[in-house]
Amino acid sequence: MTSNGDMLVAEEVHKSFHGLEVLRGVDLRVKRGEVVCLIGPSGSGKSTFLRCINHLEKMDSGRIHIDGSLVGFRPDGDRLREVGEREVAEKRASIGMVFQRFNLFPHMTAMENVTMAPVLVKGEKRDAAAIRARELLTRVGLADKLDSYPAFLSGGQQQRVAIARALAMNPKLMLFDEPTSALDPELVGEVLDVMKRLAKDGMTMVVVTHEMAFAREVGDMVIFMADGQIVEQGPPGEVLGNPRHERTRSFLAKTL
Amino acid sequence: MSEFPPTTERIATELPSGGQRPPAGHRPVVVPQRHPWRWVSAALVLFLAAVGVYILVTNPNFNWPVVWEYLFSEKILSGVVVTLELTAIAMVIGCLIGVLLAGMRLSPNPIVSRGAALYIWFFRGTPILVQLIFWYNLAALFPSISIGIPFGGEAFASVSANTLIKPFTAAVLGLGLNEGAYMAEIVRAGMNSVDEGQVEAGRALGLRRLQIMRRIVMPQAMRFIIPPTGNETIGMLKTTALVSVIALSDILYSAQQIYAQNFETIPLLIVASLWYLAITSVLTMIQGRIEARFNRGAVSAFYGGAAAASATKRRTLRGLFELRGAAGEDDK
Ligand SMILES: Nc1ncnc2c1ncn2[C@@H]1O[C@H](COP(=O)(O)OP(=O)(O)OP(=O)(O)O)[C@@H](O)[C@H]1O
Ligand SMILES: [Mg+2]
Repeated sequence: MTSNGDMLVAEEVHKSFHGLEVLRGVDLRVKRGEVVCLIGPSGSGKSTFLRCINHLEKMDSGRIHIDGSLVGFRPDGDRLREVGEREVAEKRASIGMVFQRFNLFPHMTAMENVTMAPVLVKGEKRDAAAIRARELLTRVGLADKLDSYPAFLSGGQQQRVAIARALAMNPKLMLFDEPTSALDPELVGEVLDVMKRLAKDGMTMVVVTHEMAFAREVGDMVIFMADGQIVEQGPPGEVLGNPRHERTRSFLAKTL
Repeated sequence: MSEFPPTTERIATELPSGGQRPPAGHRPVVVPQRHPWRWVSAALVLFLAAVGVYILVTNPNFNWPVVWEYLFSEKILSGVVVTLELTAIAMVIGCLIGVLLAGMRLSPNPIVSRGAALYIWFFRGTPILVQLIFWYNLAALFPSISIGIPFGGEAFASVSANTLIKPFTAAVLGLGLNEGAYMAEIVRAGMNSVDEGQVEAGRALGLRRLQIMRRIVMPQAMRFIIPPTGNETIGMLKTTALVSVIALSDILYSAQQIYAQNFETIPLLIVASLWYLAITSVLTMIQGRIEARFNRGAVSAFYGGAAAASATKRRTLRGLFELRGAAGEDDK
């Protein structure tokens, strides 16, 4: 079912909201260390798919394996049974997620934002978590903002803290949902730079983005989604440079 | 001012010459608007106040000497203690139940959340007075019912516990359970004011529901919960006066007991009112302090220790410099 090189395997993922089918059978394979960029028009189901991957959204049918094991479900014959909160939480801990609107915890400093989950979820020692948090925040260029509260950070800085927060859990896979869409144009670069370095370091990443230049430069694969289905996928040069489908072409024409 | 009257005529003649500034020293001086009606209304209020004071002092039925005689009498003071205890214990119970109910209402289990809704519906939908009498009579029905509320008996050592405990329990139950329904709504509103994205971020990190509530939602909700809780406490202080109907010797009932014997009804009601006023004043002051702490610079109050405080200070300083800069410009 999953070959060893696959970090993420999604098969026939379906999801409806109140009778509206938002995901209509999505299949996706992401190899270890690969960066996949997900593009597509608004409402095509990109966020919903991303949220199904870490079970923030419960899919209606299909299966999603992360590193060979199911998230949020356990196989039971030909059915999938939903597992308890604790088990889901454990699986989620190995999948990092970065949101469009950062979602930092405003009542905690940058350091506290980064150390909280390792301490609470993984039972790491406070000191060890703090050392690692300092390291991560330095890596995203925020060594001088350790004790700042989010309200006193720019959008770009907040998003970098959010990335450090996700990395602190040592995730196998990182999900990004339009990480730069809420940023002022001049702050986009600093966040993309961090993501590029992360990709270079071998992190497996699924990135929903409108930054075509980023997709072209960093992506190993670009997926074009529309109406809850994957319309076209392939290397960025092909999908972005020489799209085969009419939908892809008209979408790209609009965004460029 | 006299050398430069700000007449409409002058403004009218100056405007068309647009861009040209009047020579230095001839800039218009701002004359504050006059408010003659403020003086009239102030005089009226002062007059009414004077009438009030006159009535208070000259009407012998107020009987001020009696007021002073009883203001610090032992019976009244023990009533004050009972009122304070009732307020405190009922609020603690109310807050605990409120948090519990608010958590239940947000539960994914429909039975649990409906149960909480039912509780709130019942306790908010019936008069607190009826509830108090109900609990009082329940206590009479089942004298052996014991509920683990620690009120040690230290405060009313002078009075026989036997006569007090039953009404006190009834009062604490009645007030606390009722308050719980109101606090639940306050806590829920506070929780709802926290952005959904906060919960998502917590879930994505692998935190469990209770951890998210405790570490992420509640700390942020507190900003919205604390001010109305202050109001509830002040309201509770006054609501405790209702317990006089179940013969619990709070401030009001103590006053009633005294005037039942000496018929000095008005002076003793004044004694009670003075105590309520004094306590609400203190509580209002405390509440003001707490709110000021929570509102100072919106974010900084809650999120910040030193970092936030210094940022606020910096902002104020910058404000000063900007003012000064502007003034300097003007002088050129
Ligand atoms: N919780 C929800 N309840 C109901 N409908 C939802 C919910 N979440 C998403 N939808 C609907 O599902 C559809 C797909 O939404 P989704 O957010 O996945 O799109 P998207 O591709 O991420 O779009 P965007 O580029 O605007 O972020 C939309 O029509 C949206 O209204
Ligand atoms: Mg989206």
